[in-house]
Amino acid sequence: MRFGARLISGDKPGHPVLSVLLIALLVALAGAPFFFPGTRSLAVASQICIFIVLAASYDIMLGYTGIVSFAHTMFFGMGAYGVAIPLANGWVGWDAILLGTVGGVLLAVVVAIGIGLLSLRVQAIFFSMVTLAVASFAQLLATQLRGITGGEDGLTFSVPRVLSPAFRLLAQPLFGVRLDGRVMTYYLIFAVTLVLFLLMLRIANSPFGSVLKAIRENGFRAEALGYRTVVYRTLAGALSAAIAAVAGALMALLLRYNGPDTTLSFSIMVDILLMVVIGGMGTLYGPALGAVVIVLAQYYLQPAMQALSDATAGLPLLPAIFHPDRWLLWLGVLFVLIVYFFPAGIVGSLRGRARKG
Amino acid sequence: MSGSALAPILETRGLSIRFGGQIAVDQVSCAFHSGTLTAIVGPNGAGKTTYFNLISGQLRATSGDVFLRGARITGMAAPLRARRGLGRAFQLTNLFPDLTVLENVRLAVQARAGIGLHALGLASDHVDLIERARFYLNRVRLTPRADAAAAALNHGDQRKLEVAILLALEPAVFMFDEPTAGMSVDEVPVILDLIEAIKADGDKTILLVEHKMDVVRRLADRVIVLHQGALVADGEPAEVVASAIVQEAYLGVRRSEAAHG
Repeated sequence: MRFGARLISGDKPGHPVLSVLLIALLVALAGAPFFFPGTRSLAVASQICIFIVLAASYDIMLGYTGIVSFAHTMFFGMGAYGVAIPLANGWVGWDAILLGTVGGVLLAVVVAIGIGLLSLRVQAIFFSMVTLAVASFAQLLATQLRGITGGEDGLTFSVPRVLSPAFRLLAQPLFGVRLDGRVMTYYLIFAVTLVLFLLMLRIANSPFGSVLKAIRENGFRAEALGYRTVVYRTLAGALSAAIAAVAGALMALLLRYNGPDTTLSFSIMVDILLMVVIGGMGTLYGPALGAVVIVLAQYYLQPAMQALSDATAGLPLLPAIFHPDRWLLWLGVLFVLIVYFFPAGIVGSLRGRARKG
Repeated sequence: MSGSALAPILETRGLSIRFGGQIAVDQVSCAFHSGTLTAIVGPNGAGKTTYFNLISGQLRATSGDVFLRGARITGMAAPLRARRGLGRAFQLTNLFPDLTVLENVRLAVQARAGIGLHALGLASDHVDLIERARFYLNRVRLTPRADAAAAALNHGDQRKLEVAILLALEPAVFMFDEPTAGMSVDEVPVILDLIEAIKADGDKTILLVEHKMDVVRRLADRVIVLHQGALVADGEPAEVVASAIVQEAYLGVRRSEAAHG
């Protein structure tokens, strides 16, 4: 196998359009600070990276193993608080970030294993309900334990100098872009995203990954072959939780803040579900594209509608329909259309077309 | 080796299961030795598949025990029994529908190899496992369909794939549950030849639930009859098929079924 194919674990996109989209995404993200200068664009690119990791890690559960969990944001939050708590308490350093991330990841793994062993034996719907309850409890805990988590207000903190906006890597701008701490933070996030995504591709195409797919297809048969499904499901959950926690740590570093609304809220859980379903479950590439679609829509649908509303100002009814306050409605319409026309998600539908030739 | 040839590889003692007030398997005690093919016959609802499920662990016994190589496995979960050498094929086709035919078999080979928890290597790098999967696919004449989704196969080919998966597990005890049910006449010999080939190995134990008397006569060294969950006859195929209890319990039912059909 050639090096490039090995790097993506032999998991070829499976359709020319998809290959083009993914290469374009990789190039755009790799050069984002230079292609799309500006604080806002950089924030969008950072969020896209973080949500690629978050949605892809959720896909390991939902798409590969066939487990519906609503606790993914809880693990996301564990990583974020892991970083936020030491930094907000004045321990500003790379050691604090590393230790906080490891702590968040370990907590996520322990809780995921706990949930898995307690309830993966039971019916799927009951498991989903348990994750919902545990996630709500974690959210409640984060808002109540003010002394540790800052409660509703969350935690604001400083980051090491290299990552702070005032930092300059070079005295002179490079290609007209000042290499400040924001750019450094972005590249940290980008590098971690790339490594984690390739790692997930590797796991998905490993012997372990093939058992997860077998369990999704027919758990009863997998058991009869000698695979203990509870063990595999629990490990898949723990892995997925660990990666979500790393994504949370990145989110905290990006925002230099963490609170219940930025990492624990149920609306983020809904976003993750949308990303995975729109992109295509069980493909990893799909959730990555889904993350791009949803984050872009969140940032640019409202301004686009403002522009549309202004442009149609003289016409009857149209300005009201495109009023920026109705952006959520249009996001919903977009979602319904995508699910209707691409029931297997973007990636699933393209691959289906490629197979038919 | 001479000592172990006398000890049964698989044995059930007083094995029973109740569903509510209904006894599905009733006090079945039976020993199976390596190198023999035992056919399990009986009318529909006699408890044959349930007896299989108790042995391979899909169901837990209400009372009684199952022993494999002398070790009690009554409470053991199905995956652990499979790893100890109990291989099971299912009557109702039971595959991984969206995975390819080859991947269905490769998963069985991989289970046998015990590398399911390897998460950082590539499955496609285990060329030896893929070759073995192809070998078993070839034995059931499914090589041309290797890259099709299992769900896309016709019924007969799905039955063959089920058999290939069982072969790929390389178990000590093969449990076939009506392997030729619903197959067209020209496909049946492929499966029967395969079962004969396993028998020819000499050290394998084969349990075969089968309705067709010609198949039983051709393959079986021994026949046991289940009727209303209980073991009612056990012996040489010719004598068991001729016995009054089988004529009444089994063939009698068949005749009335034929009349209805």
